[in-house]
Amino acid sequence: MDSMTLIAIASIVTAGLTIALGSIGPALGEGRAVATALSSLAQQPDAAATITRTLFVGLAMIESIAIYCFVVSMILIFANPFWNHAIAQAVGK
Amino acid sequence: MHLSPDEVVFWQHGFIKLNATIVFTWGLMLVLAVGSKLVTRKLSKGLERSRWQNLLEIIVTAINGQIGEVGLRQPEKYLGFLGTLFLFVATASIFTIVPGYEPPTGSLSTTTALAICVFVAVPLFGIEDRGLGGYLSAYLKPTFIMLPFNIISELSRTLALAVRLFGNMMSGTMILAILLTITPFIFPIAMSALGLLTGMVQAYIFFILATVYIAAATRTRKTTAGSED
Repeated sequence: MDSMTLIAIASIVTAGLTIALGSIGPALGEGRAVATALSSLAQQPDAAATITRTLFVGLAMIESIAIYCFVVSMILIFANPFWNHAIAQAVGK
Repeated sequence: MHLSPDEVVFWQHGFIKLNATIVFTWGLMLVLAVGSKLVTRKLSKGLERSRWQNLLEIIVTAINGQIGEVGLRQPEKYLGFLGTLFLFVATASIFTIVPGYEPPTGSLSTTTALAICVFVAVPLFGIEDRGLGGYLSAYLKPTFIMLPFNIISELSRTLALAVRLFGNMMSGTMILAILLTITPFIFPIAMSALGLLTGMVQAYIFFILATVYIAAATRTRKTTAGSED
């Protein structure tokens, strides 16, 4: 197996694994956050505006973890420096 | 299909590139500036006012209220900076309705620039409110051992602001591009609507996080000086 194939296999597998494993944690965390927010809304409906706003801010912070994994995955697929380097070497030969 | 609008170059001379990000950013600036100039030409203080003035008043009052709710005591001081952040990111997201447009916030350069603006603005507002000594002493709270961690947290939350906005905008446009090549009718419309929603939420998040950071930098004055206004 030459290095180009190896780079391609590693990038594809890593990209898939990154986004697969990286979405589990944030999904679980967001589920817990929304569940707690719903129960506190049920307990104090007149604080709904504050609770909703804090919930959205918290969800965005949790979501950004999944976004980091997504960005890494996209970089591996579309802007992979190792792949570009290998292609440049292959073209040069 | 490209990763960001940076890669669409309209004109190039040496290393000076006119890419889609710059063109769309200037287009947005033009729309915002000319639009608000036209609306505020004849402001009326009575009950009779134009629809656009009403709309702008709703937006500005809502932003002002949000800044006040986070805990900043004179929201008007920060309204210019924070309101502009929200309006820029929100209009950048709304204009995806226009065909052929790509949000400039889908490029890491734009979001990093916005995050650096927040990174510079937080110490500026903090020093203006508490003085240089007061602001710097906040880095030593709760103990001076926390100094490197406080500095690292400043840098990492700037990075997080940039990557969060970039990731959300870029993923919206990329999913749309991928879906258009697979199922080109109903599904991309649903994803486009979802992209609009997440764009508005991300604009609000960016604005609220910047407000919270500024409030944290200017906060303790409220608790230390009880008789001051």
